[in-house]
Amino acid sequence: MTTTQENTTAQAVELITVVIDGFEVSVPKGTLVIRAAEKLGIQIPRFCDHPLLDPVGACRQCLVDIEINGRAFPKPQASCTIPVEPNMIVKTQLTSPVAEKAQRGVMELLLVNHPLDCPVCDKGGECPLQNQAMSTGNGETRFEGVKRTFEKPVAISSQVLLDRERCVLCARCTRFSDQIAGDPFITLSERGALQQVGIYENQPFESYFSGNTVQICPVGALTGAAYRFRARPFDLVSTPSACEHCASGCDMRTDVRRGKTLRRLAGDDAAVNEEWNCDKGRWAFKYVTEVDRLTTPMVRGADGVLAPASWPEAIAAAAAGLKGKRAAVLVGGRATAEDAYGYSKFARIALGTNDIDFRARVSSDEERDFLGAKVVGSATTYRDIDIADHVVLIGFEPEEESPIVFLRINKQVRKRALKVSAVATKLSIGVEKLKAEFIKVAPGSEGAAVSALSLTGKSVILVGERAAETTGLLSAASALAEKTGAKLAWIPRRAGERGALEAGAIGTLLPGGRPVADAAARVDIAAVWGVPTIPANVGRTTSEIIESLGNGSLDAVVVGGVDPQDMPNSAAALAALSNSFVVSLEIAHSAVTNVADVVLPVAAVTEKSGSFLNWEGRARAFDAAVADSLNRSDLRILSAIADEMSESIMLGTVTQAAREISSLGKWDGARANFAAVSAAGANKVSGNEALLTSWRRLLDLGTLQKGEANLAGTARKSVAVISPKRAEAMGVKDGDILRVSNSHGSISLPALVEDIHDDAVWVPRNSFGTQVLISLNAVHGDVVSVVKA
Amino acid sequence: MADQNEFQPLVNKENKDVDITSVAYEKVEQPGPKSLLKQAQGFWVTFITMFKKVNTVQYPEVKEPTAERFHGRHQLNRHPDGLEKCIGCELCAWACPADAIYVEGADNTPENQMSPGERYGKVYQINYLRCVFCGLCIEACPTRALTMTNEYELADSTRSKLIFEKDDLLGPLRAGMLPPPHPMYPGMTDTNYYNGDVKEAHPSQEQK
Ligand code: SF4
Ligand code: SF4
Ligand code: SF4
Ligand code: SF4
Ligand code: FES
Repeated sequence: MTTTQENTTAQAVELITVVIDGFEVSVPKGTLVIRAAEKLGIQIPRFCDHPLLDPVGACRQCLVDIEINGRAFPKPQASCTIPVEPNMIVKTQLTSPVAEKAQRGVMELLLVNHPLDCPVCDKGGECPLQNQAMSTGNGETRFEGVKRTFEKPVAISSQVLLDRERCVLCARCTRFSDQIAGDPFITLSERGALQQVGIYENQPFESYFSGNTVQICPVGALTGAAYRFRARPFDLVSTPSACEHCASGCDMRTDVRRGKTLRRLAGDDAAVNEEWNCDKGRWAFKYVTEVDRLTTPMVRGADGVLAPASWPEAIAAAAAGLKGKRAAVLVGGRATAEDAYGYSKFARIALGTNDIDFRARVSSDEERDFLGAKVVGSATTYRDIDIADHVVLIGFEPEEESPIVFLRINKQVRKRALKVSAVATKLSIGVEKLKAEFIKVAPGSEGAAVSALSLTGKSVILVGERAAETTGLLSAASALAEKTGAKLAWIPRRAGERGALEAGAIGTLLPGGRPVADAAARVDIAAVWGVPTIPANVGRTTSEIIESLGNGSLDAVVVGGVDPQDMPNSAAALAALSNSFVVSLEIAHSAVTNVADVVLPVAAVTEKSGSFLNWEGRARAFDAAVADSLNRSDLRILSAIADEMSESIMLGTVTQAAREISSLGKWDGARANFAAVSAAGANKVSGNEALLTSWRRLLDLGTLQKGEANLAGTARKSVAVISPKRAEAMGVKDGDILRVSNSHGSISLPALVEDIHDDAVWVPRNSFGTQVLISLNAVHGDVVSVVKA
Repeated sequence: MADQNEFQPLVNKENKDVDITSVAYEKVEQPGPKSLLKQAQGFWVTFITMFKKVNTVQYPEVKEPTAERFHGRHQLNRHPDGLEKCIGCELCAWACPADAIYVEGADNTPENQMSPGERYGKVYQINYLRCVFCGLCIEACPTRALTMTNEYELADSTRSKLIFEKDDLLGPLRAGMLPPPHPMYPGMTDTNYYNGDVKEAHPSQEQK
């Protein structure tokens, strides 16, 4: 990877030397004058210029005097639109009175219609217009007329508010939506003094990335509904953090006022999220302070009632219930890499078992083997997408399941028409935006389509976690990668899954991708952990653990952040849990804590430090943003339970765990084997029957989105999607109510006729009014009946 | 006596290890006791003062008015119809050199209109253990919501009692004012309020 990176950067440099304010600077060809000046530390005032957006020259604030080969431009030029040229001499406001006067004039014109809103404006205190009015403006206004006013604020979506009179018409927001997010739902309308940002009448600004426009708006014209009037910049304590909502791994900044998170902003990491994030990462943080948050440990007493208890009591009860029992560990995808490592070590040492699985979702043994053989330790990166010749999406909807991957692909699609193919059952908005080749398959028959693809060594195959739902699909994908030399990456939905995989929170692997079956690997780990042996048998998977709890071959389970609703057969899973001894480490009350015997409250991401590994395997470390939280990280609690059981795991702090993980190093022995599974093909359907297909949407009923009404307002509508052919046969048109049912239950949703395989019906998996795993207990490819309700 | 105004380094430049006991000092003459007459002269000033006009009063029984512009306890003012002037902008808190002011803004809603316009101060606290009565907050306030009264009796028995809440700071409801929340004066915008067009509450503003 590094070699290709160096090569491409090495080719690109053709340096041009220009003189700015009397200083020489050499910059690569094509660099804009405003950037070249930055390199010298000369700040030219600007509004519309943004390094990641195409230049427009809309605001004219960046005027400078330019001379090329001794010939001066007759008037000052916008430095954000002009690339450097040889023999260019630039004079900014610092050395040219003409440029200075021009900038002053532009500022004066901008302020003519700008309201005196600063006291009630959210941007006040961090406003580029305030700052540049101070640096570049006049102290006194000469304008005596009446300022233009608009009705305000206009809600352009449930989460973004627009104050039109504050807008400086820089077109950053419209350019972002169009160029980066691919959602051109806002535009500049009208002309002259009435020019304004507007939404289309029948298309609200429902973009998954709308929050970025609030962040890049250089004035307070766009504000977030949730943060409006909540604080001033000087009230906030900012902590660099990482996003816990998906495996994209966005760098973030968390702003806290008096122990309460008030906003989160996208951080700046050129290698990962550039300067963007998605609305979920930006606006879903209230779950931390929701009323159902657990605050104290609880223990189920002799009377069967879960009652608050002290920490020592609860730890003792957990230890007593686990000691000497046949116990397993289920750890959900929200655990940090360090916490997952804690669970992994806890299972091996304190419980003496390999029965641990982080996959609290539909999963398969094929997937487990695939992860152990192909994914753990691998390093396909965003950079590979940047230089790919072809990107293939398998069981993966980037816009819904890993939005920054979507933005990255979209960037290359826009820049150089990167070829994208999606093997999917239904055409989605995201795939359409990527102008991808849509390879339509019936649910269950994806494998054959994947095998038929032809790729090169520069292609990238992105496999989503839903690939595990089709037998043989992961085998087909890995065979394709092997045959063509294409890069293969597995992109889970949850932030913690990759970290948990690397930490060995799965039955076949020990930390660092060491196979449990390998004696040398076990000795390796046993030596670091200071224990005589590590259990040698391959551990149970999530569904096996649930089954064993149900039939009594396991007695107890430690559950960390698992929602049974995410698992197939969730009712049976809950029943199995309620008949066993359950220690639940949770943030908030849940179905699991209701049946648990010991409940231990843990810290949410903003309250602890740690790191996630994103889909690339890149560490995304973060610090506690809220100081003095009473909550402890999973790790510390597990350590205390292990101590109480006299089976210490010695992981008192996150730093300790991180140090131990790095001391383990990478496994250089043989990888686990991957036995390919042959593809099964789709079920047969006739008449009313259809094959169910579904995925989760970015904004849905996820537990971490609780309490965010504004955010939920921009979630896509729940619909049941059928093909035109089926619609015609059923006499259904858009909006008619469809009933999707099986022997277990039913879901009724408005119909949407779209490009989907004729045998399939698509419903969102966990959205408003449609929780497929609970209502239908059906998974991808199962036969359901679809009728007009 | 050596000139005291002249700075004399103890360490001489050539030799840094000067022994402190070797530094020269000069003897100072102490005057001896003065004559009795001279001593009585000193008391004359005290004696004369007994016949002058008295400047002190028997506080707290007697209270004198302060100077007109004395910086005393703050007050949060109201518009003539009773709505609060404070918009929760935090500029006062920002200006405060002692970090004595804490403000949280919030949205005015049709059901809960506390001030004209969109925004009002939901939480407003001044910590009189910190306030230095400099008046910078008053200068910062864009709506003249915050002014200072002449009240200076700010002592109490606990620290927490000296953190004044919005209720403690709000000015009284005068004639013609209605207690907020209530709607804005019919037909008036927030600009009208600032221009002084609202003179008193309108009967329709009373909230049932
Ligand atoms: S955008 Fe900036 S200058 Fe304009 S009202 Fe808001 S804070 Fe003031
Ligand atoms: S709303 Fe903000 S980002 Fe959009 S054009 Fe106006 S000033 Fe620029
Ligand atoms: S893309 Fe993923 S990591 Fe980034 S902000 Fe959104 S949910 Fe968080
Ligand atoms: S008192 Fe004045 S300065 Fe302070 S928050 Fe209220 S309006 Fe703003
Ligand atoms: S920054 Fe150059 S025209 Fe706007």
